[in-house]
Amino acid sequence: MKFSLFIFCFISALNYAYAQNRTIEVCAKDCEFSSVQKAIDQAQSGDSIFIQKGIYKEHNIFINKKSLHLYGEEGSVIDSKHKGYGFKVEATDFSITDLTIKNIEVSYTSDYAAIYLFRCFDFKLKNITLRNAFFGFLIEKSRNGLVLQNDISGTGDSEASSGNAIHLWDSEEIEVRDNHVYNMRDGIYIEFGSNNIFENNDSHDNMRYGLHFMFSNDNRYSNNIFRNNSAGVAVMFSKRIVMNNNVFKKNWGTASYGLLLKEINDAEIYNNTFEDNTVGITADGSTRITYRENDFINNGYAVIFIGGSYENNFMKNNFLYNNFDLSYSGGLNDNSFDNNFWSDYTGYDLDKDGYGDVPYRPVKLFSYLVNNTPESIILLRSLFIDIINFSEKVTPIFTPENLTDQNPLMRKVQW
Amino acid sequence: MLKILKYSFFDLVRSRWSYVYFLFYLLLSSVLLFLNNNISNAIITLLNVVIVLVPLIGTIFGVMYYYDSQEFTQLLLAQPIKRKSIFMGQFLGVATSLSLSVLLGLGIPFALYGLFQSNVIFDFLILIVVAVFLSFIFSALAFNIALSNTNKIKGFGYAILLWLFLAVIYDGAFLIALIYFQEYPLDKFTLIATLFNPIDLSRILILLKLDISALLGYTGAIFKDFFGTLFGSLVSFGVLVIWVVLPLWRMVRQAKRKDF
Repeated sequence: MKFSLFIFCFISALNYAYAQNRTIEVCAKDCEFSSVQKAIDQAQSGDSIFIQKGIYKEHNIFINKKSLHLYGEEGSVIDSKHKGYGFKVEATDFSITDLTIKNIEVSYTSDYAAIYLFRCFDFKLKNITLRNAFFGFLIEKSRNGLVLQNDISGTGDSEASSGNAIHLWDSEEIEVRDNHVYNMRDGIYIEFGSNNIFENNDSHDNMRYGLHFMFSNDNRYSNNIFRNNSAGVAVMFSKRIVMNNNVFKKNWGTASYGLLLKEINDAEIYNNTFEDNTVGITADGSTRITYRENDFINNGYAVIFIGGSYENNFMKNNFLYNNFDLSYSGGLNDNSFDNNFWSDYTGYDLDKDGYGDVPYRPVKLFSYLVNNTPESIILLRSLFIDIINFSEKVTPIFTPENLTDQNPLMRKVQW
Repeated sequence: MLKILKYSFFDLVRSRWSYVYFLFYLLLSSVLLFLNNNISNAIITLLNVVIVLVPLIGTIFGVMYYYDSQEFTQLLLAQPIKRKSIFMGQFLGVATSLSLSVLLGLGIPFALYGLFQSNVIFDFLILIVVAVFLSFIFSALAFNIALSNTNKIKGFGYAILLWLFLAVIYDGAFLIALIYFQEYPLDKFTLIATLFNPIDLSRILILLKLDISALLGYTGAIFKDFFGTLFGSLVSFGVLVIWVVLPLWRMVRQAKRKDF
């Protein structure tokens, strides 16, 4: 009898300790744990750690191969006091939510991040606020994660002394949604990653790019807003990227643009809005790209083609009130501009089929001249330029002869 | 001189043309402001109008006024008045009345629009200053032409030609030079070539103040480096002042020597 009671107690104790997931509480004082790191060291895989309201002055908090779920409440702050990383994690199936991390060390030799993930799978980072971050989330060699509703900001001093808000390196199948990133170097950076999704993010006032792709194929970004960045989005050396329903706004400055395409193949760009950028899209060596149903509004240049670009198709886009619709160098190279709406179009539609009867030439003589002799831009808004633009429109001599929109639309495209 | 200035000024202010000119600017800037809602764009459009129209009206009006008041001038010449005072007075009368039309025509709608609270006030002030300078420069040039030519047709012809040269042909030649010498570094050349034409200089001065200057790329950066400094602004306004003083000096010399 005594023995069986002992067995019973033992089993139930085992149950309690192992089979049931515990929730460990961390609080600033009068608790079992006052340090997050100590709680993590004591916890078992599957446990949750609740970090109560308070400021925890800790850095390099290391989660080593334990599936933990850390969560805080409003006012749970980890202050790493400009020393090293916030969290370093190498684990699967874990989450960190509802937490504030601040004051990450700025370094010119190490990429200190608020949360550094290495070889992590099935993770979730949600509702995390980062202040004075150097790097925000640095995610390396990881798969299948969620990065949701985070608010990340840096000091925004200079490009060299700040890092990227969300940095993915060699990571796949990660969803980055509803994040708010600002005053960093790049808002979101991705290198060697595929099948990632970026949606509904708001990336603004970053010193370099709002979103930056390097060598990353098969990704998609949609419904994001990129505004006031030094440059909106740079997509470089990547294939099969889908870009839709994004807003590129106010990326204004002498070396600024909304979207830079550099050595991009087979991309789709649709339903985006490019507004008030110095340059809407710069395409450099980009091939087989479809641009449809985009709005280009009030940009300095709507589109610049730098050359080596083949089989780009522009159709059903709205070009509205841009200073220059198109700047083009090199031959036409089977790029086509068809069925677009151009606010500068002055032709007519006698047969009322909705398409203008006179082809539209998107390259003005002046933009051709500026392309060849950049200094001539100084004659911008001169009466002489208006006169030669007009005469070139009537009888084209210099501008590429076959670069035309044969069927310009008479009405704006509704999409 | 002041008496003659007063006389020609009030003569002109009462004339129909001053009102038309004033009303034109009033209408233009009110339409631009109240239908556009974007002050920066309104200033760009006004800039386009100002750098073409102010010189044109300045030259035509100056030549016209001189020929119209020729008999009165001869009457004055018979009096014991210095020739310098007569012509300076007439010139200042024309130039101030033209400037006043531009100033009020552009200024009133902007003031009503509530410009003084917004931060584009300096862009706008530059526009006004430039317009006033252009009025002075081109009426001075017009007086020169009129004094040198007794033949009215010839005088008008030269006046139009002068305007055409500075507003259009100069830029054409400039552009051809840029294209022809595109292999060479051209930044200094562009800078100097703009300084020599008051219309180009005015255009650049205003463009650099606006957002649109980002379009100018690195050429714009060179210009900003120059005009952004105190030295640059002094030089540019110095050049504008020289453009007023030189024709005036020649006008006075011409007037003294001329056998009426």
